[in-house]
Amino acid sequence: MIGLSHYLIVSALIFSIGLVGVLRRRNLLMLFFATEVMLNAVNIAFAAISHYYNDLTGQMFAFFIIAIAASEVAVGLGILIVLYKKHGTLDLDDLAKMRG
Amino acid sequence: MMENLVYIALFAPLVSSLFSALFGMSKRQTFVGVIASTLLFISFLASATLASHIVSTGTPIHVTMMDWISAGDLSIPFGFLVDQVSVTMMTVVTLVSTVVHIYSIGYMDHDKSFNRFFSYLSAFVFSMMILVMSDNFAGLFIGWEGVGVCSWLLIGFWYHKADVSREENPSISPSWAANEAFIVNRIADLGMLVGLFILYWNTGSLQYDVVFETLPSLSGSVLNAAAIFLFIGAMGKSAQFPLHTWLTDAMEGPTPVSALIHAATMVTAGVFLVIRANPLFGMEEVAGVSYFIAALGTFVAFFAASMALVNRDLKRIIAFSTLSQLGYMFAAAGLGAYWIALFHLAAHAFFKALLFLGAGNVMHAMHDELDIFKMGGLKKVMRPTYIYMGLASLALAGIPFFAGFFSKDAIIETAWNEGTLVLWAILVITAGMTAFYSFRQVFLTFEGDERYKAFDIHPHEMYKFVLIAMSPLALLAVVAGFGMGSFEHFVTTLLPEYHMSEHTHHIAWLLGLVVLVVAVGGIAYAYKKYAKGLKRDEALENSFIYQLLANQYYIPQFYEAFITKPYAMLSEILWKEVDMKIVDATVDGIAKLLYKSGDGARRMQSGNLSNYLNWMAVGAVLLLLVAAFSAMLG
Repeated sequence: MIGLSHYLIVSALIFSIGLVGVLRRRNLLMLFFATEVMLNAVNIAFAAISHYYNDLTGQMFAFFIIAIAASEVAVGLGILIVLYKKHGTLDLDDLAKMRG
Repeated sequence: MMENLVYIALFAPLVSSLFSALFGMSKRQTFVGVIASTLLFISFLASATLASHIVSTGTPIHVTMMDWISAGDLSIPFGFLVDQVSVTMMTVVTLVSTVVHIYSIGYMDHDKSFNRFFSYLSAFVFSMMILVMSDNFAGLFIGWEGVGVCSWLLIGFWYHKADVSREENPSISPSWAANEAFIVNRIADLGMLVGLFILYWNTGSLQYDVVFETLPSLSGSVLNAAAIFLFIGAMGKSAQFPLHTWLTDAMEGPTPVSALIHAATMVTAGVFLVIRANPLFGMEEVAGVSYFIAALGTFVAFFAASMALVNRDLKRIIAFSTLSQLGYMFAAAGLGAYWIALFHLAAHAFFKALLFLGAGNVMHAMHDELDIFKMGGLKKVMRPTYIYMGLASLALAGIPFFAGFFSKDAIIETAWNEGTLVLWAILVITAGMTAFYSFRQVFLTFEGDERYKAFDIHPHEMYKFVLIAMSPLALLAVVAGFGMGSFEHFVTTLLPEYHMSEHTHHIAWLLGLVVLVVAVGGIAYAYKKYAKGLKRDEALENSFIYQLLANQYYIPQFYEAFITKPYAMLSEILWKEVDMKIVDATVDGIAKLLYKSGDGARRMQSGNLSNYLNWMAVGAVLLLLVAAFSAMLG
């Protein structure tokens, strides 16, 4: 029987994969994908917990997150395109302009 | 009507001070002195009117200007009480101060800080007026501190003079003397403050009438503690042993300041406090403290007179005589004869101010030379000053029918009457010494050979208006004593009466005669020794006793070696070891830590987004850990 904890473990694993992606990747586009992975890991947890408590609020939130993530990706990709046009690269090590 | 007079008497000196302060930085303006003197004279007129009002009606005037401090149970109104005691003080203070102000116009004529001087001088008088007029201990304390500050400003008036060694000038420098006076007074003020706290703690008020009403219900130990601490305050202001050294060093100030400090505005404050608090000091329970006051006063009278015997500095001799006369006042107050103490205070104020102003004339004439061994024969050029100083010295020596005769004689009689024969004997001997040193000074200054000629000094008499301004003091030094009977009648409506016993009364003439013989003997000896000229006696001057007295019993040296220097050493150790290495190091350490951590954390700002994200993840994990731990700990 697949219970709540299984879902949560999957969610945590996916979140960790996303986090490692955020930490290790150098390409901005990949960073984007990694954040999307993290968001969806959270969605899984939301949906699972919502089902567990018989409360639809969590699933509703998951939909919200999907909607907002979509618009965020739209905006973010737009920025990435501009960045690429300007610098010809999306590698973060080459984009280090804001040195303190 | 009377209320307005109270405010005029009190605030005219303040107005004078503020007005003069307006011109404090500008060049010498004679009108500043004239206006200051006029305002002081107005204050005197108001005080005198109040005095005559109280003489005729006998009812004190009590005014409350405003609520000053009102917090919880503590309520201290800014109130003033003009009764028999304070009106006496007010009249004496404003009279002497007026004369001193007028005198200063002449004396400070060539000083570039002329205007500033008047500002300080009037502020001094104002502080003293607050001190004597306040109807509560808090106001008294404000005046007390104000007097301290003004004395500091005035003693150190010539602050630009450099420090010299103690051998060259026993008071080192004006600023040194000013600091000494201020610090010694602060030490005593702490005692005073503790006394006030004890009174407030136990009576719940600082108003004189409330405090004195509550006193009988307090325990003996509380009363004794309050009396002791209040008297410590009085000891500092009135320069009683062992806090006496500042008074002679205060001679570094301009001479009018000395006259003011000694006659009107400062040293009398201690005696005034004891007289004002007579319901406390007069209680059975504190008889021990009162007897101590009398004994200490007697000791100081003798002690100061002995130092005056050999001193060569004109002003210091007079300063020692003040010290000695303050001792007499405390002796009387301690023995319960408060009105006699107050009477001696008033009489002393007149002739002591006159003596100082005369000394100022001499100093002016001798181009600031103060060594009486270098003077002599000045009567030829300075006859009016000679007469003034002669009169004042006669009064000081207690020659009949001058002011000092009545008051001092009454004090000595009191000592006999109380059966304290040791005190009586010492006071009689001191009277002889007083006569000797006053006339030693007069004769060395004005009679005999003209030793100043060897130093190429051309003395000249003071301005005429100054001499005329001094005349009221001279008049009072002569006649003030005749007011003794009516004065007694006047102040004993408020102060406890003091009567000589039947037995003392019978032999009063004999007691007076003893004092007189001793005093005349002192004068005669001084005449024989000094009037014809100065013959130095090397053997005597090098003798141990003479050196001991000339060096003030080595007390200043003792204080320096055993108090000042160890204190300075301790301060230096505390500064270098504790302050620098612990306090400062801690504060600096915190600053350095922040600085270094900032410097280290700066490296995080690499400009690389990936790095930032890593740090963000570290932060998130840390927060998560904190949240987890706090959840675990509950």
